[in-house]
Amino acid sequence: MAEDWRNGGFGLYVHWPFCEAKCPYCDFNSHVSRSIDQGHWRTAYLSELDRVATETPDRVLNSIFFGGGTPSLMDPATTAAVIDAAAKHWRIANDIEITLEANPGSVEATRFAGYRDAGVNRISMGIQALNDTDLRRLGRIHTLAEARAAFDTARSLFDRVSFDLIYARQDQSLADWERELTEALNMAVDHLSLYQLTIEPGTAFGDRFDRGGLRGLPDEDLGAAMYDLTQEICEAAGMPRYEVSNHAREGAQSRHNLIYWRYGDYAGIGPGAHGRMTVGGQRFATEAHRMPQAWLDAVSKGTGESARDRLSGIDQAEEYLLMGLRISEGIDRDRYAALASTAIPEAAVQELVELGMIRTRGSRISVTYQGFNLLNRVIARLAGA
Amino acid sequence: MTDLAHIRNFSIVAHIDHGKSTLADRLIQETGTVAGRDMKEQLLDAMDIERERGITIKANTVRIDYTADNGEKYVLNLIDTPGHVDFAYEVSRSMRAVEGSLLVVDSTQGVEAQTLANVYQAIDANHEIVPILNKIDLPASEPERVKEQIEDVIGIDASGAILVSAKTGVGIHETLEAIVHHLPAPKGDRDAPLKAMLVDSWYDSYLGVIVLVRIMDGVLRKGDRVKMMSNGTIHHVDRIGVFRPAMADIGELGPGEIGFLTASIKQVRDTRVGDTITHERKGADKALPGFKPSIPVVFCGLFPVDANDFEDLRDSIEKLALNDASFSYEMETSAALGFGFRCGFLGLLHLEVVRDRLEREFDIDLITTAPSVVYHVYMRDGTMRELHNPADMPDMTHVDHLEEPRIKATILVPDEYLGDVLKLCQDRRGIQEDLTYAGSRAMVVYDLPLNEVVFDFYDRLKSVTKGYASFDYQLTGYREDNLVKMSILVNDEPVDALSMMVHRDRAEMRGRAMVEKLKDLIPRHMFKIPIQAAIGGKVIARETLSALRKDVTAKCYGGDATRKRKLLDKQKAGKKKMRQFGKVEIPQEAFISALKMDS
Ligand SMILES: Nc1nc2c(ncn2[C@@H]2O[C@H](COP(=O)(O)OP(=O)(O)O)[C@@H](O)[C@H]2O)c(=O)[nH]1
Ligand SMILES: C[S@@+](CC[C@H](N)C(=O)[O-])C[C@H]1O[C@@H](n2cnc3c(N)ncnc32)[C@H](O)[C@@H]1O
Ligand code: SF4
Ligand SMILES: [Mg+2]
Repeated sequence: MAEDWRNGGFGLYVHWPFCEAKCPYCDFNSHVSRSIDQGHWRTAYLSELDRVATETPDRVLNSIFFGGGTPSLMDPATTAAVIDAAAKHWRIANDIEITLEANPGSVEATRFAGYRDAGVNRISMGIQALNDTDLRRLGRIHTLAEARAAFDTARSLFDRVSFDLIYARQDQSLADWERELTEALNMAVDHLSLYQLTIEPGTAFGDRFDRGGLRGLPDEDLGAAMYDLTQEICEAAGMPRYEVSNHAREGAQSRHNLIYWRYGDYAGIGPGAHGRMTVGGQRFATEAHRMPQAWLDAVSKGTGESARDRLSGIDQAEEYLLMGLRISEGIDRDRYAALASTAIPEAAVQELVELGMIRTRGSRISVTYQGFNLLNRVIARLAGA
Repeated sequence: MTDLAHIRNFSIVAHIDHGKSTLADRLIQETGTVAGRDMKEQLLDAMDIERERGITIKANTVRIDYTADNGEKYVLNLIDTPGHVDFAYEVSRSMRAVEGSLLVVDSTQGVEAQTLANVYQAIDANHEIVPILNKIDLPASEPERVKEQIEDVIGIDASGAILVSAKTGVGIHETLEAIVHHLPAPKGDRDAPLKAMLVDSWYDSYLGVIVLVRIMDGVLRKGDRVKMMSNGTIHHVDRIGVFRPAMADIGELGPGEIGFLTASIKQVRDTRVGDTITHERKGADKALPGFKPSIPVVFCGLFPVDANDFEDLRDSIEKLALNDASFSYEMETSAALGFGFRCGFLGLLHLEVVRDRLEREFDIDLITTAPSVVYHVYMRDGTMRELHNPADMPDMTHVDHLEEPRIKATILVPDEYLGDVLKLCQDRRGIQEDLTYAGSRAMVVYDLPLNEVVFDFYDRLKSVTKGYASFDYQLTGYREDNLVKMSILVNDEPVDALSMMVHRDRAEMRGRAMVEKLKDLIPRHMFKIPIQAAIGGKVIARETLSALRKDVTAKCYGGDATRKRKLLDKQKAGKKKMRQFGKVEIPQEAFISALKMDS
């Protein structure tokens, strides 16, 4: 059981907590700040990297992911320093994937070459919408023209470029989305993230929604229809869903995100970053201080971590279940049973098979086309909730 | 011991909130029975729950020493009786222990339904009655109008009514004098064999069972060996005393006196209200005319929300029953709700009081199933069965006919709401027996099936009359009617706890209301769920709860695992509050609301 993480691999997540502006729908740990002392931040990241690497020697690093916030506001020199240090600390997989999340503004685009030189080999760009009206309504500060330009720049520099769209927006019809998605697939290289807009509590959209604002959001039926249509169109275009909201051509899946969904280990550094680390045969959930200054202060005193909880076998089994069923390859019941010391209840499996929500093959369980729409229920049923 | 001529025993009868407890407080205070600093509101309402709900459940008693204007010293024994209809029976037995009553009527409100019900009991017990018009401090007080009303509606002389404000103390002295001069002294023979009437009993965790007695003849002393005449059991009297209102020991109790005894009795069930207590040796040979025991008329199932609490529930129910002989219980199993108890109560209020006490004092969350009355099921083979639980209804092919309990309901209501009240009673299968006027208020008497009242009759009455109606009832007997068992099926599985007895003509309406309500209460599932009401094999109402179409989280990355797991754990804890019916989960609240039917 101690070796469970090997089933999923090992990655490094680096959180950059700053953005130029806060988007009204976003509940990520992102902050707007006028002055960022890049040197100070570089030192802090390197110090944290040292700390976590000492705890996890002998690992082969499969991926690095710079996420945010807006990591494309990071000084490429900082990116380079982190990548170099990681390569010193761990053995690096030959095919290591190094992704950086980028916003499609013109300022960021000027730094893309720098990131490539630092070792980044994959860009994930938050384009969000393919028309200016909706970009504005989503509170984005870039225009479609800027996005296209930034995307072209990225394509000229990187083999692997993915982008994100948010759909199920206010007043968006099924036909609108069909047109936009078709256009997106024409632009797409080999990977796309397509998220239905989620109204998160504690965001500007969340507040507006609670006050009865934010009208014209799709109802449940339209949301389901949009999701189903997305699958049809993407599949026909050779970019099937490999996770709830992620599509790729064969072999182009995000390796880093697959570590999460396959429930591997990952070290997380930076404000608010989470990690899953196996140390001394025990698996821990780690969490760092969320506020940028608090994190910097904590790091300067030795560790940015604010919490470290040992995960019981059941905890791990549950996390494996809830992450693993998100991907089309699904989960392995034997691996679950080894973690939980008890099998997934057969009655629940049978019931869900009969309802057409899951299918089983050998020891594997995966979610069906129908089941993806109700994934939260499927997971709850299998977890006994 | 006090001589008979200087004893006065009385009770106070009143409609709820007319000021009975406040008046009792004033009498106690004015006579210095309780030192000022120990005085708190509503002294006689002992249990918290009584205090909170403003009702008295157990009879309470207090002995007051009073020196009258004529210089003589009197002992006044007040028995405070429960005001509510559910406890009418306890009222009647307390009445038999005293010779007179103060009839308290709120002079701003006038005679109400419970005024009537209670005063008739006092008249039945041959009481002298002193009318008291309370709350005369209020501007809306209309003593003259209310006096007339008392004479018209109740038919007693109200010319000597005393004008009182229990709040300010006006008229309290006059009330004390009236007790002494207008109420009769008790009768009794000090030298005859002991005859003590067992008025009430309750359990005290320190002293065991405390027995309230009224001595009719003879003398009771500490150390006596006494016999319960109903069953011949012998007890050794440990203590005797009176309530002031705290317990105070005294040496003996003589004829006409009211007090308590303790005799190492373990359970309230071992004492029978209305029994006669005499001495083991040289006892009386004839008992006082007995009371009939109070019998439960409303039944419901009580189930623990958390199945692990079943043993706790059993303990708690047993403890409660120690002190409440009118409450019955037996174990029940429900396919839907697991293990619980089928409990019988004197009425809906009694049910609520018991349920509240279980939840509050014993800290157990409960599911209460729909209240049901006791039906008489006449079988083809000529036998009769009592049906306490619709789930036990025998197959109709073996049943000849069914009878249900009926009540006589008295409702007093301002004219403007009369139409609504008549409609409500008519809708509940009522038969009008009388309609008269008392001033601008109508008094309607209806013969109603008890079954139609246990649901939510009070609530409906309150809402259609904006709280201005008063209501009282008494059981009258059984009558045959076209009654059927209606079952509820969720996803084709019968939900036993939701089945109910209904009149055939009202079945469709009830069924439709129930399935519509359940459709709103049951959360959507991954599949569609038919919800049906059926009589026998015949579906009489049906709704379909559509399947959930979408419930999926769009984004879930490494930083979300912890939160999602905690959410899942919370859901797991929440699942304990769900009940499983086949593949369908029904949250408890849904269950509770579904049973609070109105239609
Ligand atoms: N103004 C006024 N209020 C009174 C008087 N007597 C009782 N009350 C109030 O009427 C309410 C009901 O009194 P309570 O004694 O509890 O009535 P019970 O239900 O008959 O015992 C309480 O709020 C009392 O304070 C009175 O003489 N004058
Ligand atoms: C870490 S975020 C942002 C990366 C980058 N800062 C940006 O905004 O382009 C990753 C993606 O999550 C998606 N996202 C964020 N909040 C969302 C929400 N409330 N509903 C749906 N998708 C959301 C967006 O598509 C976003 O690009
Ligand atoms: S969506 Fe991206 S750019 Fe907008 S606030 Fe969130 S992290 Fe920053
Ligand atoms: Mg009271």
